[in-house]
Amino acid sequence: MAKVSVTVNGEKYDVPDVEPRMLLSDFLRDRLGLTGTHVGCEHGVCGACTVLVNGDSARSCLMLAVQTNGAEIVTVEGLGSPEELNELQAQFREHHGLQCGFCTPGMVMTGEDLLRKYPLATDEDIREGLSGNLCRCTGYQNIVAAIRSAAARRTEKAS
Amino acid sequence: MSSDRRVNPSEVLRPRNVGAPVKRTEDARLLAGNGEYTADRKPDRPLHLAFLRSSQPHARIVRIGTAAAQEAPGVVAVLTAEDIADDFKPVIPFSRMPNYYATPILPLASKKVRYVGEAVVAVVATSRYLAEDALELIDVEYQPLGAISRGETAIAEGAPLLHEEAGSNILIAREFKKGDVAADLKAAAVRVGGRFEMTRKAPLAMEPRSYAVEYEKRRDAITLYTSSNIPGIVRDAVSESLGLPGHRLRVVAPDVGGSFGSKGSLYPEELLICIAARKLRRSVKWTADRLEDMSSSSQAFAEIVDAQMGFDANGIATSLQADVIGDVGAFSIYPWTCGLEPVQVVSFLPGPYKIGSYRGAVRGVATCKPPTGPYRGVGRPISTFVTERLMDLGAAALGIDPLEIRRRNLVRAEEFPYRIASGIIWDKTGFIECLDAAAEAAGYDRLRKEQAEARKAGRLFGVGVACYAELTGIGSRIAVAPGMPINTGSETAKITIDSTGAITAAFGVASHGQGLETTLAQIIADDLGARFEDVRVIQGDSDEVPMSTGTYASRSAVLGGGAAKHASRLLQEKIKRVASHLLEANADDIEVTEGNAVVLGTDRTVNFKQIAKAVYSDMKTLPVDAREELSATYTYDPINGTTAAATHIAAVEVDPATCFVRILKFVVAEDCGRLINPMIVDGQVHGGVAQGIGAALFEELIYDEDGQLLTASLVDYMIPSAPEVPSLDVVHVESESAVAGGFRGMGEGGTIGAPAAIANAIADALSPLGIDVSILPMTPERIFRLMEQARLNSIGKADE
Ligand code: FES
Ligand code: FES
Repeated sequence: MAKVSVTVNGEKYDVPDVEPRMLLSDFLRDRLGLTGTHVGCEHGVCGACTVLVNGDSARSCLMLAVQTNGAEIVTVEGLGSPEELNELQAQFREHHGLQCGFCTPGMVMTGEDLLRKYPLATDEDIREGLSGNLCRCTGYQNIVAAIRSAAARRTEKAS
Repeated sequence: MSSDRRVNPSEVLRPRNVGAPVKRTEDARLLAGNGEYTADRKPDRPLHLAFLRSSQPHARIVRIGTAAAQEAPGVVAVLTAEDIADDFKPVIPFSRMPNYYATPILPLASKKVRYVGEAVVAVVATSRYLAEDALELIDVEYQPLGAISRGETAIAEGAPLLHEEAGSNILIAREFKKGDVAADLKAAAVRVGGRFEMTRKAPLAMEPRSYAVEYEKRRDAITLYTSSNIPGIVRDAVSESLGLPGHRLRVVAPDVGGSFGSKGSLYPEELLICIAARKLRRSVKWTADRLEDMSSSSQAFAEIVDAQMGFDANGIATSLQADVIGDVGAFSIYPWTCGLEPVQVVSFLPGPYKIGSYRGAVRGVATCKPPTGPYRGVGRPISTFVTERLMDLGAAALGIDPLEIRRRNLVRAEEFPYRIASGIIWDKTGFIECLDAAAEAAGYDRLRKEQAEARKAGRLFGVGVACYAELTGIGSRIAVAPGMPINTGSETAKITIDSTGAITAAFGVASHGQGLETTLAQIIADDLGARFEDVRVIQGDSDEVPMSTGTYASRSAVLGGGAAKHASRLLQEKIKRVASHLLEANADDIEVTEGNAVVLGTDRTVNFKQIAKAVYSDMKTLPVDAREELSATYTYDPINGTTAAATHIAAVEVDPATCFVRILKFVVAEDCGRLINPMIVDGQVHGGVAQGIGAALFEELIYDEDGQLLTASLVDYMIPSAPEVPSLDVVHVESESAVAGGFRGMGEGGTIGAPAAIANAIADALSPLGIDVSILPMTPERIFRLMEQARLNSIGKADE
């Protein structure tokens, strides 16, 4: 058993008895109770489990909890609350970018990462950026619209 | 072009919510990670299940050694079929269909295994990690009985029998007939035909199947949280199987991460987890990993269709005949039976067309694969693929444009209700209107010009059209699955205003992404006269209504919506009666709107809270007999159901170097009657079409000759990702239907039309090379082979 000290959504956790083989996704969900992070494949393809680790998007099903010792993690719960969604979450609602909501946490976390790092000038850029996240419900069109609109607002604010 | 254009918007009397793109109630919680899917439940010290699944396609179980696993760390119990034999009755998917053999559903394989992935042993441990560790210690000795890997080999002489008691691998056989097909085909000016195939697919909801049973000691009761879209059916089946009355067995479908059919049948694991929780008197959880989900959830399609269509010289389709073999897998599913998918193919083959004579024969045969079950569209994606290919082949043979040949054969406005040759009756729907609207939105003539230009430049550019019609919102007169004994024809709404004035509406339907919490609240807000945001919808909970089934077969808007309308009206009448006392006015002069009862033309008004207070707590204002509980229940049955229809048009280009198909344009013109929420309808169409694109271009579950699944990960089983799906253009033709509210079901249509439209577009693109499209998906590899073959053929011809 190992001790894992992490900061998740601004809160510090010291968990003393973590099995070295425990996946980060299971750690977040079962040990910290943060079930907003979803597991759709456990083999790194669907992207549902995407979180930010030290500012970069990462698949929590492909990481071990012990690897994140000392790291700063953000999950979908850390972005906004149901009463006060953050900008990107609000655009997902506005544009109907979710149906069953299962892929959504991963989509939103990937979207956050894309918005922070890339200009996202065209829909092709957005679609390319989302290519590692699978959604079976929406056909992606409205997810792309949500991110496009969040990107436009970001540009507006910057200018 | 706007994606929300509407043709002929219907006249609606002051709708406030129905018809508006109301933002969804569900979204805030789901976006903030506050949703609650089954795997998110946190019961007190739950145990965890893991299954040892069969590695054999077809084998006798000689011995199961579990001693070492029993001793493994954290293990609480190891269960085999023998250990639970006295704890349940098998669930039998009965049907009154002739020529049908019902295979029983068992929680764990008993005596024999019939497909790779079938659950054989269950380990219950204190964590999933430890339960999976213990699986490694179990040793099962099998005696192989010979794999049956394909439908055609299953019916071959001397094939091993999967279910000896059935006496045959043919589990279902049906034939539909009208007129003298043989004579009409013979007399036809043109006959076209071929062998068509739609390969096996996975519905692949992003949330894998998941179950959690919470055990309540005080009442010796269990609650099964299940990622199911038929919680009502599951409740009744588990109750019967385990001998548990409904008041000690609650079944809840909380937030569910998509189904598309894969969560629409009773599963062995649902029985097993309930049995384990009762045996151990503990809460138990299980969630499939992706491999388990792909190799044990119900699968889709898997049919081969030999079909011919005859046309007269004017392009009128006179006759159609088809022989279908459905590879239904190892078992029937509950409650739909193994007939659901293949029988539906022959039921719907004539499609929206007035074809004179018809013969459709189908055999569903058992193979060593997971059962096929409902998948978005059920049967119709294939029937539409076949019929639409035949229409295009006929058009080509007669030199008629594909659009025109359809116009000549579609049922016209004045001909409804129309009984097609398989016996299905279409009620009035905008078949031709959809065709015209799609052609206009796609710029059909322009596309043909573009195609001519492209061809001159040597590019492989094609345009494909597909029309279909489907039955939705089916009432009690028609069984959703043929001969099925359970009632799927009604749904209940129970609307209550409690003593705080809060409005709660309970339904038996079970949304798994469709947004029913929003759309049903829209209907109630309008018909009750409440504010949308004040209506809370509860669904998917067996404790909330006495009987229910769930959400499937494009029924919830029609049945749930109809129940909501009627219950709203009943409750509104009660409100008016109370208000008439309080406002000293005639009930007929009172209007209920936005949560207030108002005397028409005055400013005298009481709100729901005041009305609730008068009824429930303030005993001075109302006479005793006027204190009616503010609650109304209505069970709605549309009796027959209603038709929905669409035309899809696709333009594609095939890259001759990579053999990839690029979709340049995709248009859907659909008639789902009155739109409750256009934003949600568009979303359903987008998602359905994306799945249709997957079926047309990428998705295929491949089993080898030994019954092993070769595509068991998301790397090998490719569903479309964002770059593969184009932006769609959706046009709504709102012709009102006859059911309550004028709604039609529309959740499945996208997946029905898209594969056929894309198949036709690819065939059109490749027609200069003389290539036909008769199997889906058209993967780059298949296209490459066809192009290679065409090249060799042309060399051969040149040599002659
Ligand atoms: S669960 Fe991590 S990528 Fe699918
Ligand atoms: S919204 Fe259901 S998988 Fe994306």
